[in-house]
This record gives sequence, structure tokens and C-alpha cells, in this order.
Amino acid sequence: MSGVAVQLDDLSRSFGSVHALDSFSLLMRPGELIALLGPSGCGKTTALRILAGLEDADSGRILVGGRDIGGLPANRRDMGMVFQAYSLFPHLSALENVQFGLKLRRRAAGDRAATMLDLVGIAEHAGRYPHQLSGGQQQRVALARALAIEPQVLLLDEPLSALDAKVRVQLRDEIRRIQTEVGTTTLFVTHDQEEALAIADRVGVMRAGSLEQLAEPAEVYLRPASAFVADFVGLSNRLPGRLDGDAVSVLGTRLPLVRAAAGGPEVTALVRPESVDVVPDPDGPGRVVSTAFLGPTSRVTVAVGETLVVAQVTGERLAGLTVDAQVRLELRPVAVALET
Amino acid sequence: MAGLRARRARRQRVFRWTVLTVAGVFFLLPLAAMLEFSTRGGGTWSLLVDWPQLSETYPDLAEGILASLGQAALTALLMLALLVPTAIWVRLRLPGLRPLVEFVCLLPLTIPAIVLVVGLAPVYAWVNYFIGGSSLTLTFAYTILVLPYAYRAIDAGLSAIDVRTLAEAARGLGAGWATVMVRVVLPNIRSAVLSAAFLTVALVLGEFTIASLLNRTNLQVAINLLGKSSATMSVAVSLAALVLAFVLLLLLSLFGDRRRTSR
Repeated sequence: MSGVAVQLDDLSRSFGSVHALDSFSLLMRPGELIALLGPSGCGKTTALRILAGLEDADSGRILVGGRDIGGLPANRRDMGMVFQAYSLFPHLSALENVQFGLKLRRRAAGDRAATMLDLVGIAEHAGRYPHQLSGGQQQRVALARALAIEPQVLLLDEPLSALDAKVRVQLRDEIRRIQTEVGTTTLFVTHDQEEALAIADRVGVMRAGSLEQLAEPAEVYLRPASAFVADFVGLSNRLPGRLDGDAVSVLGTRLPLVRAAAGGPEVTALVRPESVDVVPDPDGPGRVVSTAFLGPTSRVTVAVGETLVVAQVTGERLAGLTVDAQVRLELRPVAVALET
Repeated sequence: MAGLRARRARRQRVFRWTVLTVAGVFFLLPLAAMLEFSTRGGGTWSLLVDWPQLSETYPDLAEGILASLGQAALTALLMLALLVPTAIWVRLRLPGLRPLVEFVCLLPLTIPAIVLVVGLAPVYAWVNYFIGGSSLTLTFAYTILVLPYAYRAIDAGLSAIDVRTLAEAARGLGAGWATVMVRVVLPNIRSAVLSAAFLTVALVLGEFTIASLLNRTNLQVAINLLGKSSATMSVAVSLAALVLAFVLLLLLSLFGDRRRTSR
């Protein structure tokens, strides 16, 4: 099975005076997994629900495999969906839940449903009812149920946000594995940037109803298209700098720019904590304000004059960096974005 | 200190038992009196369970019993047919209308039956004209009368599940609206629907005012009539009707319990 291309074309949707979607366009390649990432209220869920047919767009077109499906009701769109809330039918067992869509299509439900439960790794719980399953297991069944009908498009609406951290990472990797295996074009909506970067072929960062940037995870992280993206995806220090030709000078270090910028010489550069190194130095200009041990890495906040800089260092380096120690900062020459 | 606490506990225990005894006597004494009275002379209860004999001896009573059973069944059906789809639809598609629907459904509770009849009389003139004067036509009035109780029961059932997500999940899997209602929502509010039906039956079996004032017959009207000719029989039937209502309400609470423990 291979996926189909999905095209969302110039979709708009308002709720009263709020523009949930504002001329939103997105082209998904066959078999691709795109994660829509953004803060709550940015329209990502609205986009997914319009694609699913659970909500209507005010204007715009939806093409799946070249066919305009804008007029079709949700039950005839052939899309598998997994919700944030647990959505298994409480009166049916795991197996019967997976069979539900197959029976509606009058397909031989037994074998296929069992295969799907096997694929998501809970074949041994097939006879259990939803209230007898953990949250992670319920979402696995929901995934099996969505995939059982061999949908053209798989829609995942924050399927992991109700789960605890460990299960979330586990199931995230599993979803990626299964999606690659079945090759269904997939739209994954999330507000968790780590989740989006880890799972997606391409990440679409949304803001106020439109796409701010659509690119591969590394590109979004390393070369953010805007200050908003840089800020939302990962942590960023806002540091004062001076434009200097095609580079910016920050804390005495020349850093290349993600893209050429115009404007005054005084700018604010967005620098990732992992691009900042902290070195103990009795004559250094900085003073350690606070430290946080996070396991593999540690976070150190340093005051340089009026500016607070967050730096990320490896865990074992924390020992030499006590609060009030004098330090100097070294910036790695990684391209940075400017705040506009 | 300990003695004080023990004395207080004892006083509370005495108080509890006093309340229980007074309430028990208040409720049970009339029932015991009814039982005692209806067994005087003998033959009353054996006649009550012998349907052919009963309908021959007291044709009015038999008619009333049949009418009430018919009314109860039809009212339950009509109520469910009206209320279940409405409640589900309002929750799914028109959540803004919920307060209004709730208000409308609770209205009959605030209007005395006698006032209701004044309003219903002209309506029933038309009912007579179109579908005749059968006592089963009371079903329409009773459906309105049971709305507050039935709506509450069904609405509580719907509150217990995430109707919206379940419906969307089912639609995504290819289910039309009818399938969503019958195969997804209904099975999950089964106990609420049963409660609504039981309450309806209990209420209809005990209804007197509207039937009497609209000149229709039902169980209570027949009992009232019978009271003038055969007091023992009328009391026996009243007691039987009361016990039946108790049993229904007991079943209802059992269903409620079962749902709570299975979650």
C-alpha cells in the first residue's frame, strides 16, 4: 500500500471574529508524515478537522489523490483518525473496536482486525474492554482501528498528549515505525516540538492560522524561517547584536545569519543554548546565576551585564560551575535568526 | 472524655433508630393496613391473579389495567423515540440549545396537572376528532408529563460518555448518523435509557388526575370507581400497583449500581 498526495488549498475558517485558518495551504507528498506544530489556538487542529470532514472550511479546496473531497461528509472521506481523548467505543472489546470500521465496509473483519492488533503490539489484549486497558494501550487500539480500514490518509490529533512521558516516547517511535511500514500519508498535529521533530518527514510550524515554515525537522531547528519559529521550536536566547555585513556580532563573536537581513545595526539575535559554552574564568565578564541538572545535559544561566544567557553544557561539566562563579561565554559559529 | 464520646454515640444511635422507626411506621403502617383490609373476607387476592375471572367480575377494572399497561408501554416508546435522538443531536450539533431544551423539558414539573388539563382539553377535542376517544390517546399527555424525569435520566447518561468524540470516531470509520446513534451512542447509554423507561412506566401507572379529568379510563380511575362498589378489591389493586412501582424503582437502582461497579 502506498499513500496518496493530499493538497489543502487556500483554506480559511473563522469562528466569529477569530480566524482559525487564514489562507492555509499545504501539500503532502504520497506516504509522507507531516507534523503540524504550533501553540494552542494556532489552527492546527482546525486544519486536521477540516481535512477529516468534521468541520467545514469557509473557503478553499481539499484534494486527495487529485480528487476534490470538499463536498463529502466525514463518513465517506476514507480517513483514519486517532484523537487526543480516548475514543474507543466503551461497549466493544479491543478486537470489536478494530472490526467496527471493517464491518461497516462489509469486509471480512476477523483476520484483518487481528493482524492490526498484532501490528500495534496488543494482540494478547484483544478481548479486553477499553476500561481494562491503559491509556497507551487504548491509543494503540485506536491506531489499529484507524489503520484497519486502509484509509487514504491517517490523521493523528495529538494522540500522545494524554499519556505519560515514557509511554509517549515509546508510542511515538512505534507510530513512526508503523506509518513507514504501511506507507499511509499522515498528518500529525501536536504542540510538542520534540514530538514533531522526532516523528515527521516535514514539520509545519503554524501561527495564527497560517504556515510559518514547512521544512524538514533539521532545517526547522537549525535554520528557522522566523523569530517565532526559532522561539517555538527549541529554546532561544534573545541576545543584543550588531549587524555586520552578512553576519551579526553577538557578545564579541561573529555569527553567520540564517538569511540575509536588512535594517538597523542594532538587532536581537536568537541563539540556541547548545551554541553557548560556559568556561570558568576568574577574569570573565559573566557570573553564574543559577544551574539546573537535567541528566545528560545541564542548563546554566549566566548574567553578562544586564543580559541573561542560558547555556547548555554536558552534565559532568556542572561541577565547575557553581553559582556566583566568574565565567566567560564562547559562542559556536552556528547560523542564527534575527528577531524582526 | 471517653465517657462523653460514648454517651454522644449512644444518643446518636438512639436518634437514628427513632427516625428510622417513625419513618418506617409512617410508610409501612398504611401498607400493612391495606394488606389487612384487602385480605378480609378472603378470595380477593386469588381473584386478582385469576385474570379471566377478574375481567368477568370487574370488567371496568380489567379495562383500566389494560389501558394503563398500554399507556405505559406506548408512553415509554414515544418518549424514547422523541427524547433519545433529540438529546443526542442537541449534544452533538446544537450544544447552544441545551439550556433551552432542558428548560422546556422541566416545564411540566412546574405546571400542576389540573392546569395542564385546562390547556390540554381543547387539544384533546381535536385528538378526539382525528383519532377517537380511546384511553390510549392519553399517551400524548403522559409523554409530556414524564419529560422532566426522562430527560434528566437520559441527559445524565449522555454526560457520562464523551458523545462527541465517540461520534466523530465512528463517522471517521464510515458510520452515517443513524449508525452512530444506534450502534455507538445507544449501547453506551443503555442503563440511562432503561432508567428513563422505568420512571415513565412507574409514573404512568400512578397517574389519575389527567385521565379522570379528560374522561378516559386507566388503572387509577378504575380503582377510584371500584372503591365505591367493592372497597376490598380496590384496596388490593392499589396495593398491587404500589408494589409493582416499588419493584420497578428497585430494578432501576439495581441497574444504576451495576453500571457504577463495572466502571
